[in-house]
Amino acid sequence: MAKPDDVIRVPFLMKMEYRYALGAYASRFFQELKDHGRLIGIRCPECQRVYIPPRPVCGICFAETGDWVPVSNEGVLVGATVVRLPFIDPMTGERRPVPYGMGIIRLDGASTAMYHFVDETDDAKLKVGRRVKARIRANRQGNMRDIECFELVD
Amino acid sequence: MPKKVAIIGTGQTKHTARRTDVNIRELVNEAVTRALSDADVRLEEIDAIMIGNMEPFEGFMFPEHWSVEGWGGYLKPSVKFNTGGTVGTTTIAASYYYIAAGIYDTVLAIGFEKQSDGHTQTAITTVGDPVWERTMMAGAVGNFALMASTFIAEGGVTDEHAAKVAVKARHNGARNVNAHLQMPELKVDDVMKSELLSWPVRKLDMCPQSDGAVAVVLTADHLAKKRCPRPAWIRAVTTAHEQQYMGDSPKRLAVMRSQMVASRRLYKVVGITNPRKELDVAEIYEVASWAELAMYQNLGFCEPGEAGKLIDEGVTLMGGELPVNPSGGVLCTNPIGATAMIRVAEAALQVMGKAGAHQVPNVKTALATGYGGNAWTDAMILTASTN
Repeated sequence: MAKPDDVIRVPFLMKMEYRYALGAYASRFFQELKDHGRLIGIRCPECQRVYIPPRPVCGICFAETGDWVPVSNEGVLVGATVVRLPFIDPMTGERRPVPYGMGIIRLDGASTAMYHFVDETDDAKLKVGRRVKARIRANRQGNMRDIECFELVD
Repeated sequence: MPKKVAIIGTGQTKHTARRTDVNIRELVNEAVTRALSDADVRLEEIDAIMIGNMEPFEGFMFPEHWSVEGWGGYLKPSVKFNTGGTVGTTTIAASYYYIAAGIYDTVLAIGFEKQSDGHTQTAITTVGDPVWERTMMAGAVGNFALMASTFIAEGGVTDEHAAKVAVKARHNGARNVNAHLQMPELKVDDVMKSELLSWPVRKLDMCPQSDGAVAVVLTADHLAKKRCPRPAWIRAVTTAHEQQYMGDSPKRLAVMRSQMVASRRLYKVVGITNPRKELDVAEIYEVASWAELAMYQNLGFCEPGEAGKLIDEGVTLMGGELPVNPSGGVLCTNPIGATAMIRVAEAALQVMGKAGAHQVPNVKTALATGYGGNAWTDAMILTASTN
């Protein structure tokens, strides 16, 4: 039997490509974002929650969602952090440069929040309760990266 | 009437960062052999096997098929589970349901993970919805930091409270022979000066990445009384799922709806009105010091905003009114596919009086929880008596 120090480890690199179908609701959201740079949510007719990501059913009421409603590209930080731990970017496989800011953002007019980058790496400034605004890219592809990041609003 | 179900034996590996001396089959076999020996049950007496694991960490489908000879599954009825971080408790819950329903008498439940074979933070990213969330994912640490920031914003908890939880875990773990991290000398100041990974989370606030396996033998009441002088009876089991996206429940640490609902459901079944007084011990799935503080209030051990006070007063320390994670918990040991089942095994050890140097005296009622996916909760209550 091999001693612990003698055992062999075999390196293996797996690269796989995926293409995720968005479905009807997300497609409409990203089409609106791509074509007009606007954010939209969908309202539950029973509890009146406005959902982003939009979805066909409100999980809480189990009711079919109804009207599409415009949502502001400004909102408030519900959570915030500056990430300092080196981390592999899942979209590129490359190490993401640190530090970078992140937030849980509740957009004005939405009941839910979203996780996104915030262009701030000062822990003292990146605080819960601060107002933020989406920085929408000029050249849009129809995905979450069309929102480049959020920036603090004074 | 469902049959009564008891745990009559458990087995764990010595959890550690890298078990490069064994492969998965060999690792799982260690835990299974120990559990069968602890329960004094032969493999022929096991009617079915439930096995849990989170395969993105190892990077291949069906690690349980590949390792079947190591866990005794050859030609036996068996089912594989993967519910993320909760998989260990889900696997126990399924084992419980099979026995309670009268389908099998004796079931072996297994959980395992060999984190060192893969890349943990990258694999965790696949938990996020690829279209909406994965682009911005920052592994377990960044996400927990965001969640912790929402909890801090509610008030009542500080870095020092979190550091005290981290110290408690490592001191407890030092008395548990199977715990991965053994840090009997750790001080609060050491935690508060450890590397800042992502505010407010420091290196010593987080759980480690571990290689490990656990196995538990469960059986129906007519056999349990014959096989074990003091079995741990599973008195109540439940699960609760949150909404799908992380932003659907923005204060998801301060207000963990799935944990609040699941724990209250259990307390009602066994007639607990004051969990802090009526539970003798809790083994909870706290992936970070901050999470444990939030769970104190979500599980009803204290009122919202009073979690810091609970650790300040030593309520959850060994020797306190309600010791939390005498094993050292997830903060000492985290082989993810095994982690939630380790909570159940450790709760069972406490009830059976077999926890050795980390035994809480005279445990009659224990809570075990699993936590995973996007704030999903499994929970169960184990007791020394059947009623």
